[in-house]
Amino acid sequence: MRLGLAFLLVVVLAGISLWVGVSGISLARLAGGDPRDWLILWESRVPRMLALVLSGAAMAIAGLLMQIVIRNRFVEPSTTGTVEAAGLGLLVMTLMAPGAPVIVKMAVGAVFALGGTGLFLMVLRRVPLRDQMMVPLIGIILTGVLHAVTTFIAYRADLMQTVLAWTQGDLSGVLRGRYELLWLGAAMAVIAWIAADRFTLAGLGKDMATSLGLAHGRVLALALVIVSGVTAVVVVTVGTIPFLGLIVPNLVSLAMGDNMRRAVPWVAVSGAGLVLVCDILGRILRAPYEIPVGTILGVIGSFTFLILILRRRRDVA
Amino acid sequence: MIETRDLRKSYGTSLVLDGVSVTLPRGGITTIIGANGAGKSTLLSVISRLLSPDSGTALMDGEDIFRINGPELAKKLAVLRQENHLTARLTVRELVSFGRYPHSKGRLSDADRAAVAHALLWLDLNDLQDRFLDQLSGGQRQRAFVAMVLAQETDYILLDEPLNNLDMKNARAMMLILREAVRELQKTVVMVLHDINFASVHSDRIIAMKAGKVIHSGGPDEIVAPAILREIYDMDIEVREIENRRFAFYYG
Repeated sequence: MRLGLAFLLVVVLAGISLWVGVSGISLARLAGGDPRDWLILWESRVPRMLALVLSGAAMAIAGLLMQIVIRNRFVEPSTTGTVEAAGLGLLVMTLMAPGAPVIVKMAVGAVFALGGTGLFLMVLRRVPLRDQMMVPLIGIILTGVLHAVTTFIAYRADLMQTVLAWTQGDLSGVLRGRYELLWLGAAMAVIAWIAADRFTLAGLGKDMATSLGLAHGRVLALALVIVSGVTAVVVVTVGTIPFLGLIVPNLVSLAMGDNMRRAVPWVAVSGAGLVLVCDILGRILRAPYEIPVGTILGVIGSFTFLILILRRRRDVA
Repeated sequence: MIETRDLRKSYGTSLVLDGVSVTLPRGGITTIIGANGAGKSTLLSVISRLLSPDSGTALMDGEDIFRINGPELAKKLAVLRQENHLTARLTVRELVSFGRYPHSKGRLSDADRAAVAHALLWLDLNDLQDRFLDQLSGGQRQRAFVAMVLAQETDYILLDEPLNNLDMKNARAMMLILREAVRELQKTVVMVLHDINFASVHSDRIIAMKAGKVIHSGGPDEIVAPAILREIYDMDIEVREIENRRFAFYYG
């Protein structure tokens, strides 16, 4: 019921998103069959709205999945090296096989993302963890290293502009034909929902999961494949959306806990809603110019993140 | 019946299991006692397939525990480790429902729901079932974990120091619950215990370990005796019999 209301709110936001933009379109002209208005709606506004909803929902679910299986509240693809590694993979493809189809580049990006996440987990196993804040800190250090490698290569190859497009979530370039890969990300998020019980179970820890007959290693691997796939798809189509995978699952967790079967729909709806709001804000605050959605989320997200850290700290103490 | 044959396990240079061959018959409460580092938890981890030994085998009803497929074994044997730190926020009912996972694979049937309700009732958790685990006291949380293990409806229940962090009242209640589970539900409970008097009063069998070896096993009347306790713990312990039960005095 409450989920239904939240869903309705996202539909309304999606509707508003269609109407915001530099070129005005009107219901009257659309009804009259005005070709220019229809063209804008169909080629630009609808793709952009769908891209927002799909990437928002998928990234938020990827964040939740990561937090559950890694068992730390402060990880998400952009604090574990996953996003940076995906970007590095895309850069490598741009250099080595510039003519390859986007789906191939994305697949390579996903493989790199998986590698980056694996590297992160390997480092975690070797470091004695005294504090759960150590986990995202290690991730951020790894992210910095990967970022430096990417920047170095991009600088040498004169590809800084291209890299910027991946590191900054921006939807102004989304048109029909350039976002459809995101459906793949949404499909992966659906798998996360179908296998939700297994992931929640894996989140109880290796011993407890094994005692309940779960092949813990396999489930963990599946989760990381989903997270890497979603990340690569989103990075290649709209760029990095920071903090989304961090704040949405944390807020949902505070409200209703982490049983993934229950939490996934809420996380998806909230993720989509938050990205829509940030994008609408980005388009009206400095109209006719645009503030990228990644920037807006960066501001909102970092404040929320701080509040969450202080809150969790108090709970632990 | 669970039996082990010549189990060996070492971490680095320290040998924690040094040729353990032990038989745990069906039914009753078996407690494993011994000083810190004697290998108790390691033995429990091996017979619950959470840790593979360097050599030797662990058998359940004649089958190698590491060869039985995971979901099948989870219907026969449940284990609860000592540290159960959860990052995921779950309610008590959700946690206990996950105890049904080997049977339900996530889709709870009526029988599953009945088992969950029974486990909640058994551990007196009905009033707390919709609370999140992070809102509970240590004792309540421990009860929730034990309820999860009971809901799994296995013949064997293995517990690593289930009384840890429990106050006297909760510790006593937990032991009585386990005793009742053994008597009424025909469970086989194997647990690591530190409190020698709880072990003495409630065990059917005690297994004593020292430096990776099983040095004694038998009923409380055999094990709770000054000479044997001195061998296990390297200290003099006075034993007195009160109402046919043996108590160790080591507080002075």
